[in-house]
Amino acid sequence: MDQLILQLLNGLDKGAAYALIALGLTLVFGTLGIVNFAHGALFMIGAFCAVVFSRLLQLETVTIDPARLTPWGSPMEVRTPLVQAWLGDFGAVLVQWSVPLSILFAIPVMLIVGVAMERGLIRYFYKRAHADQILVTFGLAIVLQEIVKANFGANPIPVTAPAALAGSVDVGGWLGLSGVFYPWWRLVYLGFALAVMGLVIAFLRFTTYGMVVRAGMEDRQTVGFLGIDIEKRFTVVFGIAAVVAGIAGAMYTPIVSPNYHIGMDFLVLSFVVVVVGGMGSVSGAVFAGFLLGILQSFASMNEVKNILPGIDQVIIYLVAVVVLLVMPRGLMGRKGVMEN
Amino acid sequence: MTALRNDLIYLVVFAVAVLAMPIWLAPFGAAYPDLMQKFAIYGIFAIGFNILFGMTGYLSFGHAAFLGVGSYAAVWSFKLLSMNVIPAIALAVLVSGLFAAAIGYISLRRSGIYFSILTLAFAQMSYNLAYSVFTPITNGETGLQLALNDPRVIDRALFADAPGIPRPNLFGIELGGYEAFYLCAVILILCFFVAMRIDRSPFGMMLKAIKSNQTRMAYTGFNTRPYTLSAFIISGIYAGIAGGLLAVTDPLAGAERMQWTASGEVVLMTILGGVGTLVGPVIGAVVIKYFENIFSAFHMAKLEDIFSFLPDGLESFVVSIVSPFVGEGWHLTLGIMFMLIVVFLPGGLMEGARRIRARFGGGRGTGSKAHSSNPAPAE
Repeated sequence: MDQLILQLLNGLDKGAAYALIALGLTLVFGTLGIVNFAHGALFMIGAFCAVVFSRLLQLETVTIDPARLTPWGSPMEVRTPLVQAWLGDFGAVLVQWSVPLSILFAIPVMLIVGVAMERGLIRYFYKRAHADQILVTFGLAIVLQEIVKANFGANPIPVTAPAALAGSVDVGGWLGLSGVFYPWWRLVYLGFALAVMGLVIAFLRFTTYGMVVRAGMEDRQTVGFLGIDIEKRFTVVFGIAAVVAGIAGAMYTPIVSPNYHIGMDFLVLSFVVVVVGGMGSVSGAVFAGFLLGILQSFASMNEVKNILPGIDQVIIYLVAVVVLLVMPRGLMGRKGVMEN
Repeated sequence: MTALRNDLIYLVVFAVAVLAMPIWLAPFGAAYPDLMQKFAIYGIFAIGFNILFGMTGYLSFGHAAFLGVGSYAAVWSFKLLSMNVIPAIALAVLVSGLFAAAIGYISLRRSGIYFSILTLAFAQMSYNLAYSVFTPITNGETGLQLALNDPRVIDRALFADAPGIPRPNLFGIELGGYEAFYLCAVILILCFFVAMRIDRSPFGMMLKAIKSNQTRMAYTGFNTRPYTLSAFIISGIYAGIAGGLLAVTDPLAGAERMQWTASGEVVLMTILGGVGTLVGPVIGAVVIKYFENIFSAFHMAKLEDIFSFLPDGLESFVVSIVSPFVGEGWHLTLGIMFMLIVVFLPGGLMEGARRIRARFGGGRGTGSKAHSSNPAPAE
């Protein structure tokens, strides 16, 4: 039982990351009709936003404190982060909470990156074949990856969660069981992911802006005839997708130290998630993300592996193959969207 | 008749260019056998990929799986049967063909992006399984290698045991360095010839018709599935041959050859050179492998050497601008080049060559010979 709960949490956690990336992918596909292979790179850029932000906060000033001596008798050099020197204790708190705060930094950055990407490159590919779109965004992903690699090196860069959330929590205790410990940060990530997904879905469902976007997904021509600049709205949607991927990446840094190819690693799986959920379906992507995440972590339990060796390695792809062959539109795909 | 003669000239020019690689590659610093073997092998791989993607328009993102399977098959043939290359390649062809038939049969039920994802899923499954459960066959992370006490049934029955681990051979000719290159080159030319025959045949016409409009094909009463499946299998066999040759030049097969990035590489090669053309994929393969092996070895000292003709201040400025793009950063150059080509030159380097020729060559070579254009003055 403990094992099951633990694996369920693991799966939800993994699924949350898949779903957040897949959400943006499917949104971009549904609105712009673009198959964006550079979406994983946006996740990676978001992760590096967190790295940059925490480095910025940790810029240090060196002061010499004559009152304290090193063991060698010379005055001690004291290093304090600039923010702390300026703002005192509040600054120290800022440094501690750099990862969650980096979201505030990541949102404008990702918005700029996303809009620049859409206006600068992707809009020229609306009318071209999906294969061309895949190829050019694949090239773009390589370029973005290499730029990051040139600036940050090839090794993963560790980023720490705030000390208050660094430990584990007894999840079992809440449920009346004993001994199911789970890292705080992963729970935070899960809650954060759910909140972001809720916001995006609510935006699409309950605002007028979102309603117009949804109408554009159904029939962009008619929306255009009504005098609405649907292209502009779709650009905004691309920006939102970029922001979602970016903050998903920023918050993920304490779980997996980011390196330049973290985006590609997630991209392949997220694509599978999108296709399983149904191209262009937002709720489908969220559902499929959690489904595949949970299936993957249950498949990696020893009890399962003993019966079906290697199943943990292939379960996601296996599910994808079966779903694609049995349900041509994916689990929740809309009728008429890329059915053949 | 002239079309046939042109093809013959085309083939001869290609064959001469391939066989003369050690001569004309020397000024580029690429005329050593290890690299030229790679040119030829990845040329075969890309030609095969082009038979699928270039002719039918089905974009497979899992083609490296067949390359990997071919490698494993060849190494097993070395281990169990004989160090002779012929059975190794034959086994690689057989196994990769069967594998392609199985994957193609399922994947080709869908088209477009779904086909890409299905092939990607199968390739990733093969890769993950090769690393984990199939370790007895693939030797997992270490990679499958030859050992001193391998059975090698045929060799043991016919010849006395030589000391040490034997090298792959072709009826007694040991294949190291140049011998291996010429073997790869000859097979590349054969593969090119077959691809050319397919391209000119009614079967090739069918494949191109599928690319231009599959629905219309279906309405005219053709069942397109057997054609696409044959193209998929042929293309898988090409990849298998390439994998087998990789094992011939270096008898070690690892799972990383099947990873999806390797599949992405062959896509890059084909697009870069010119999708849908015969020689384009080979050019793309040469360019990328050249980048990977030569360009990536450039370093600061070499750059300073190259730009030493500039005045001092300017030199350091140019070097600092260029240096992120060479050496470690060669992927960056490749990515930018690739994007530029997809955006501005969808026909790849071949189309670029054609445009240049159309501009300067007084209109020669434009028009109907779109798919057989050749940068060398073949006509």
